[in-house]
Amino acid sequence: MADQPSNVAAVAGGIKKLLREEEDLQGGEDQTTKTTTEVVDESPFDPIERIKEGFNHFKINEYDKYPEYFEKLKEGQSPKFLVFACSDSRVSPSRILNFKPGEAFMARNIANMVPAFNQVRYSGVGAIIEYSVGVLEVETILVIGHSKCGGIKALLDLPDDGAVSNDFVDDWVKIGLPAKAKVKAEFGDKCLDEQQMHLEKEAVNLSLLNLLSYPYVQEGVARRNLKLMGGYYDFIQGTFELWGFKLEVMPPLTI
Amino acid sequence: MAHAVLRSCSLSPLPRNSSSADLPTAPPASASPIFGSQFKLVGIEHTHGRFLNYFKDNFECFQNLAKGQAPKFMVIACADSRVCPSHILGFQPGEAFVVRNVANLVPPYENGPSETNAALEFAVNALEVEYILVVGHSFCGGIRALMSMQDKENSSSFIQSWVVVGKNARLSTKAAASNLDFEQQCRHCEKESINRSLLNLLTYPWIEEKVGRGLLSIHGGYYDFVDCTFEKWTLDYEETTMRKETGIYSLKDRETWS
Repeated sequence: MADQPSNVAAVAGGIKKLLREEEDLQGGEDQTTKTTTEVVDESPFDPIERIKEGFNHFKINEYDKYPEYFEKLKEGQSPKFLVFACSDSRVSPSRILNFKPGEAFMARNIANMVPAFNQVRYSGVGAIIEYSVGVLEVETILVIGHSKCGGIKALLDLPDDGAVSNDFVDDWVKIGLPAKAKVKAEFGDKCLDEQQMHLEKEAVNLSLLNLLSYPYVQEGVARRNLKLMGGYYDFIQGTFELWGFKLEVMPPLTI
Repeated sequence: MAHAVLRSCSLSPLPRNSSSADLPTAPPASASPIFGSQFKLVGIEHTHGRFLNYFKDNFECFQNLAKGQAPKFMVIACADSRVCPSHILGFQPGEAFVVRNVANLVPPYENGPSETNAALEFAVNALEVEYILVVGHSFCGGIRALMSMQDKENSSSFIQSWVVVGKNARLSTKAAASNLDFEQQCRHCEKESINRSLLNLLTYPWIEEKVGRGLLSIHGGYYDFVDCTFEKWTLDYEETTMRKETGIYSLKDRETWS
């Protein structure tokens, strides 16, 4: 299930290209080799330095630059959005949709799943919904799926005989089984990549439906026009799809 | 080499004031016509325009990331809207696998499957991250709920059903900080809960095995957004396992950045 770090190799190629350009300016293959070695021997990755640099960047470029904005956030938060997004390192909604601090209460889990109401099994998700919808009273719930989702692939790969290879991941992605059944029925003859794309979107719709099994969401939709939206981020094309979700109950007919 | 490579691939931070361009003017084909222009409805029309520029400016990096992810970090952070790790720690796409839940809690292995340990399993076993960072923060509503709980829990509350995972942190806070006022106790519990989560990480056999072999390290972080400081520390695995029976854990390399 692990993805290959091909991005590292590609970027290494970029460095070598830069160094070749430097060689052209300075002359001499030996110098390039020496310079490459110097780059290669540079200090190994230090995770603490990395996050320190990130924090300093935030402090200088955001916190210190907008003191009034951050002063308000000290008193409390009043986000308009609840966002469910995947834990995938490539799909932070703060990057994709530029949510600023204070704008979105954010849940991130494998394959951005929302299970149906179950206080015993899924208290974590329930707590997120209870707090953001019931206490903070967000206006919009947005569930964002994405391309090349490892969790959705795991769902697609789940054997029909119920065999389990990854205890916790398999148990979690089973939430999406109804979406998988729908996709298999409609697109079972397509290649797996296409099935996966359909499942990535259908799982978002299933999560939106599951949201309606929570009383806080039902009340929000009925009483204060709480909106439910689905999104799909394709990071290969660089596109973002957005759609609304509405459940209508027709008035009963008396026969 | 890895460090140099990471630097050259780092994406430019999203410019705050860039103008929006190439906004999607038509809703996607699959959308219901009832909702009209979805992006405008949700209020993200302009922010998405900024993203499109960002995507174009860093296209090569995104193309590489499309082939696969290899984050070094796994971050467990609170769902609080003010503490997104992409902002406060500047994580760029591809750097950190992120789980966000109420009060950044990690339940122990014996609690059974949950979304948090599913993400841990994927990050540690499939993606083989090297660093797990549990990030807490000041004025956490979830920790406040934990500290406010009566001994007889309200069984109909999801929040209480979830934050009870942190009950050991509450117990040790009450024992160690009973002389402090409630707010100060909450601050204490916010940090204590991070440490309990670090210990809970070690209850997962596949995590402890990697930590023991030096392939994975476990860190705590605390973001105080009142004075904008970040405190970080590392779990001292050797010292902690030596004292396992006593329940005493050991931390090292504590620093505060301001």
